[in-house]
Amino acid sequence: MDPVINHQPPSPATAETAIECRELTKKFGDFIAVDRISFRVQRCEIFGFLGANGAGKTTAMRMLCGLSYPSSGHATVAGFDVYRQQEKIKQHIGYMSQKFSLYDDLTPLENIKFFGGVYGVAEKEIRERSHDLVRSLGLDREANKLVGGLPLGWKQKLAFAVALFHRPRIVFLDEPTGGVDPVTRRQFWDMIYEAAEKGVTIFVTTHYMDESEYCNRVTIMVDGKIEALDTPANLKHRFACDNMDEVFYRLARTARRSDS
Amino acid sequence: MKRLRFILQKEFRQMFRDRTILAMMFMLPLIQLGILPLAMNLDVKNINLAIVDKDHSTYTQKLISKIGASGYFKIVATAPAYKKALVTLENGTADIILEIPASFERNLVREGSQPLNVTADAINGIKSGIGSAYLLTVIRDFNQEIRLTGNGQSIAAPAMIDMASAAWFNPYEKFTWYIVPGVLVLLLTLVGGFLSALNIVREKEIGTIEQINVTPIKKWQFIVGKLVPFWVVGMIVLTVGLLVARLFYGIIPVGSLLLLYLLAAVYLVALLGFGLLVSTISNNQLQAMFIAFFFIMIFVLMSGLFTSVDSMPTWARSIAAGLPITHFMKAVRMIILKGSSFKDVSSVFIIEGLFAIGLNALAIWNYRKTQ
Repeated sequence: MDPVINHQPPSPATAETAIECRELTKKFGDFIAVDRISFRVQRCEIFGFLGANGAGKTTAMRMLCGLSYPSSGHATVAGFDVYRQQEKIKQHIGYMSQKFSLYDDLTPLENIKFFGGVYGVAEKEIRERSHDLVRSLGLDREANKLVGGLPLGWKQKLAFAVALFHRPRIVFLDEPTGGVDPVTRRQFWDMIYEAAEKGVTIFVTTHYMDESEYCNRVTIMVDGKIEALDTPANLKHRFACDNMDEVFYRLARTARRSDS
Repeated sequence: MKRLRFILQKEFRQMFRDRTILAMMFMLPLIQLGILPLAMNLDVKNINLAIVDKDHSTYTQKLISKIGASGYFKIVATAPAYKKALVTLENGTADIILEIPASFERNLVREGSQPLNVTADAINGIKSGIGSAYLLTVIRDFNQEIRLTGNGQSIAAPAMIDMASAAWFNPYEKFTWYIVPGVLVLLLTLVGGFLSALNIVREKEIGTIEQINVTPIKKWQFIVGKLVPFWVVGMIVLTVGLLVARLFYGIIPVGSLLLLYLLAAVYLVALLGFGLLVSTISNNQLQAMFIAFFFIMIFVLMSGLFTSVDSMPTWARSIAAGLPITHFMKAVRMIILKGSSFKDVSSVFIIEGLFAIGLNALAIWNYRKTQ
């Protein structure tokens, strides 16, 4: 299942930095959820964040989104500091959490309007774009029904569209395709590529190793640490594996933390 | 400001889509205010009386018929012996036993005095206390009568101080007049307190708060967005409640309606600030429910709804003074029954205003977008 659009990663020399972390750490008491991770994500890049359950992916992402204070280390997102400028970061990012978190008791259009409005998109623009958006998602007939009644795949597509509606520079996707059928997953990745083409940086966590092949670069987290960070091709070469599944298995089997 | 409009639109939409909230908004004041004040009547009536009459004389007949005519007593048993009457007290049929000794009439006539025995079941302290007092009043009246007209010879009546009392602001001393404004305040507090306490925490439970926290929404905008719809609900509850008070109980506020609404407006902001604070503290709806219940119980029992704040011990009075509901309860009764003016309740405006600012500031401060 190759995505329809072939996305070219930006060349490292010329690209701007979208996200930068140095020694970023999060501790909960004695437990080190994220242990001194460092990386740099370039603008327009599709950056995959892989790891077993409990590896610390979501915790790392929450720090970058300004939802959680880091314990130590440095990080900037869209050029803003994660300690002091969370609200500025929030203006420039989109976020889609693991758990569907749009309002079930609002319709797709009402959800789009609310989140668009909160991000400061003008009412006129919301009106113009939301109908097109709903149509392109194939939700025309459901546009005025409550979101709670939609199938999960549609909900996830809607959540992604809402996360992109205010045209953020970076979008954070936390396991966006969890529990979604293969056809919808495929459509989802088409949407991701389309967004990346338009200049949005994508930061995505996933369990699905076939999906990791679509990323420009992939990070594999094990027990809160980054064990590997490279393009999928280089990783396969380095670990002499045929596919990402094997790469992941080789790295992750040393993990001591399992399901959190 | 534009952002606030979107937030309010969303909150109102969600609220009006919730049928339970809509139903409660009208049914709660209608049914609870329609029924509860009647059931909560503290007037002591229907006191069950057992009489042990060992004399069977004209005097005892007169006394018993006088007691029966007072309207407060129901003579449930007449027993020949005290021990038999005690059984009715023990099994709950009687509240009070009146024992008239065998030589009642003779002793009264000859010696001019005769003790009677009154035994009360004090489990329901109010009923036994007030019941005994009523009974003693009847007996004292009877005593007066027989002293004046009694045994043929005329006795000079002893000097007596006769008191005439007038009940102001509630001339018929109707219990409902006192309790209905109180129950109205209570309903307002329950609806506002619980709705707001359970709201933010609900977003925490279903996870939508996460999507909110990742937006550049300002904390005060979020709190105001929650507060305004519930404030509107509160005002509707107040309006329905005032209508019920008027139609069911004939209570028409003597004071200015505008003043009443203004005061309620400020009180509701304070109360909702409390609810939202509880909601930001709690992690799930069960916790929020318990915390809200803990405080609302204190509000109900210490606000002066049932008991007079002035007769509480000093420490309890200072707790009562620290509750927004106490001041509001007092002011509402003053406006409805007494017709108090803005000048009379201006201090309440200041107190409620301070509570409103303080509690909402705390709620905003305690709401964390970044953990």
